Formats: sequence, structure tokens, C-alpha cells
Amino acid sequence: MLVALAAALLSGCGAAGAGSAPDGSGRTSDGVVTVFAAASLAEAFGDIGRGFQQDHPGTTVTFNFGASSALAQQIVSGAPADVFAAAAPAAMTTVTGTGRGPAPRVFARNRLEIVVPPGNPGDVTGLSDFARRELTIALCEAQVPCGTASRAALAAAGVTPLPDTLEQDVKAVLSKVRLGEVDAGLVYRTDVRAAGSSVRGIGFAEADRAVNDYPIATLAGSRAPAAAAAFVDYVLSGEGRKALAAAGFDAP
Amino acid sequence: MPPLLYLPAALAVAFLVLPLVALVVRAPWRSLPQLLARPEVGDALRLSLLCATAATVLCLVLGVPLAWVLARGQFRGRRVLRALVTVPLVLPPVVGGVALLLLLGRRGLAGRYLDAWFGLTLPFTTTAVVIAEAFVAMPFLVLAVEGALRASDRRYEDAAATLGASRLLILRRVTLPLVAPGISAGAVLCFARALGEFGATITFAGSFPGVTRTMPIAVYLALESDPPAAIALSLVLLGVSLAVLVSLRDRWLTGGGPS
Repeated sequence: MLVALAAALLSGCGAAGAGSAPDGSGRTSDGVVTVFAAASLAEAFGDIGRGFQQDHPGTTVTFNFGASSALAQQIVSGAPADVFAAAAPAAMTTVTGTGRGPAPRVFARNRLEIVVPPGNPGDVTGLSDFARRELTIALCEAQVPCGTASRAALAAAGVTPLPDTLEQDVKAVLSKVRLGEVDAGLVYRTDVRAAGSSVRGIGFAEADRAVNDYPIATLAGSRAPAAAAAFVDYVLSGEGRKALAAAGFDAP
Repeated sequence: MPPLLYLPAALAVAFLVLPLVALVVRAPWRSLPQLLARPEVGDALRLSLLCATAATVLCLVLGVPLAWVLARGQFRGRRVLRALVTVPLVLPPVVGGVALLLLLGRRGLAGRYLDAWFGLTLPFTTTAVVIAEAFVAMPFLVLAVEGALRASDRRYEDAAATLGASRLLILRRVTLPLVAPGISAGAVLCFARALGEFGATITFAGSFPGVTRTMPIAVYLALESDPPAAIALSLVLLGVSLAVLVSLRDRWLTGGGPS
């Protein structure tokens, strides 16, 4: 059985290796582009990745989605990433702070929305409900971009929130709402849209006071710089904009 | 022993020890007192010790009888039962957290009744941390105690019975003392596993300072915003783990167990 497992692993590696062979289309193709991207970009970048691969046969895009701050830390620690797309400039600065590599470019903006389970069991209507003790509330951890934005929005509304849990990224807040474990959370508008009918979004006026800029950059240590630059160009292109707009992002 | 084995054995030692050496070497010793004096560090440590202790007690109360049933019970399906009990040992803890949420969450199979009948919601409470830790740690205790029970010499119990001791007296005065080293070994493993628990806790109990944010979660979060603080916290966790191991190790050695 072990032999069979080893054989399967080896053949799996072989298949992945074959994907990086140069193709005859004449386009740049240096194999695999590894993109580290904010959790909120999962849906939009999924579409963008498919489109990019169609445009660049022979190039494979692999994604690692997570909290921007966590991804930044992984990149600084030497994780093999070619492109970083963050949900806030601060996380990008962690990575590009040394001044190496091309300057990051803002490719999208996102705003917060209140998210509640279908049926809105807590009768949540606005940010002021985040101070109600009897409700179970999930927010992002302060150091994560969605947490920073949530804090700014709540401060702008003059609300002192009483959260029950501080989640490590925006998708974790969303899943707690989806499971019905919390009465309300603050996530990005794009997350509400991606979750479809499994949650309900409630807009609020103060969302304008905490808009996130999403920067993207190729990384200095990239082993596939040409393909990485091509991917960034694709995100900034009309095709990329369209996919981002469809997911609910604003243009920068 | 064939000398050929020394090289891989030495590599294994290096592999297991060097990461911990790196942790100690890279530790911000000079700023350590300030880092550890922060209130959130004390909160996380207190919470971790409290929850791991409570989880160990819960595992002892429920796990020792279960080990007994597995070791001494005569019934069909005993092996299946043992396999089921071992599942949390091999299950990724995050999956355990999801499973707990689906059972005990506010909308969970059992949780919805807890909520409706008693107004009791477990997720995001310290109780949820204890439950998550006990879930992943109990198999360690059960397997250790079951092994000790199987290995113990039943003739002592038989002799006590022929001398007229009641079954409860035999349990108290003969069997339990015989397997005490197994129980304490299991309890130590159980405590250590509970102390280090991360995945099931963050999934089922969430993360809130002082309520559900245990040391491992604090380390994970600090690594993103403040790496020196993360190293300092890791050092504390390493120290606590070593202290637990050493203190109980002494007790086993001087306790005079049959092993």
C-alpha cells in the first residue's frame, strides 16, 4: 500500500512538472505563478486566474488566500510567492518595506457591509446593534485589514462594539454568520455577494468612511518574474476590472 | 546495535531539537520582561492553564471509566468502539472543531435544543474551549489507561476477591493503584495536548482575549503583527510544557509504580 501511495505521489509530481513545459504559442510562459491574495479576493481572483490561464496557455496560476497580514508574514519569512495582492496598504508595506521590487499599484477598492444570517434573528438594522450585549457578534481581529476597517467604521458611527469573537480573517467571520452561530458580523460587500442567499447584507452610511484600497505587486524574489508581471497586468486590464466589478469591487 | 543506525538517529535528534534551539536563540531576551508583562500575555496563559486543567479533569472523569470498559468489558463491537474513540486522535483538529460546531453550535444537532430549552449557547465561551480541548485530548488518556489496565496483573485482583474484598474495594485499593502510573502518563499527555490545542478551539470557540484566546492562538496572531511577542509567548509555552513533563516525570520515577 505504501508503494502504491509513493507511486501516486510521484506520478502526481510528474504531472505538475509537465505543466511547466514551455508551449509553442510564443507567449511568455515560465510555468507556475504563485499568487498570495487577501481572502476577500478568492472569488474574483478565481475568475481572473481562469481567464489569465486561457490567455497564457502553459502558465498555471496557483493561489494562496488568507488574511493579508498573515500572508505578508509568510512572504517575509520566505514563502515562495510571485505576486501579492493585499486588502490594505499596510500589509503590502510589510512586504515591500525594504524598497526592493516594483511599486505596488492599487487595483480595487472595497467597502464594508453588515452581514446577518437569513431571517436576521437578531433584528440587526445598523452599526448601533453591534453594542447590544445580548447579540453574538463576530468581527475581524484588529491587525487584519477588515478588522482595521471595521474599527474605523464603528468609530465613525460612535459605536463601542461588544464582539464575542475576533476572527483571523474576513472569511472566518462570514462562515460563522453562515453557520448561524453569530447574529451579525462586519465583512466586505464582496463577501456578502459571494455568499449569495446564505446570508443577508445590510449597508450602512459609515461604510464610506472606511474604504479599503487593494494594492498588488510582483515580488522581488519571484522565480517567474515575467509571468508574475503578466498576471499583474491582467488584473489591471479591462478583463480583470470586469471580474472585480462582477464580484462587487469598486474601481480605484 | 548496528553503527549504521547512529547517523539517522542523530539526524532525528537534530530534527526534533534544533527548531527549539532556534526558538531559544532568537528569543528577544532583553525585551522579554516587557513583552511578558503585558496583560494579554497573562490573560492567555491563565486561560490556557485553566482550560487545559479543566479538560484534563473532564477526560479523567469520563476517560478512565471508558478505558476500563474497553480493557475489561466483554461485549460485541468492542473493537469498533475502540476505533471510534481513537478517531479524534487522527482527525485534523480543525475538522473536530467543525464537527463540534455542527453538534453543539447554536444551530447544531444538539445545540439548538440547548439554546431553545435552556438558553445555553456554547460557542465563543470558555466552556467551548474546554470541550474542544477535551475532544482532541481524551483519546490520549483512554489509550494510555487502557494499555495499563491490559498490562496489569489480574491475579492481584483475583487474590483480593478470594480474600473477600468487595468489587469497589478491589477497584479502589488494588486496580487503581496498579494502573496509577498509566493514568498519570495519560493525564500528562492529555494536558499537553489540551494546552497546545489550536484548530478545534479557534473553529469551535473562536478567539476573544481573556475568554477564548488561548496561548497557541495568541502566538499565531502575534506572529502577524508582532513577531518578537510571538517568540516570547512560544517560549512561555515551551517552558510550561517542559515543566509539566519534568514535574510529573519525577513523580513517576519516585512514585514506585510496578513498571
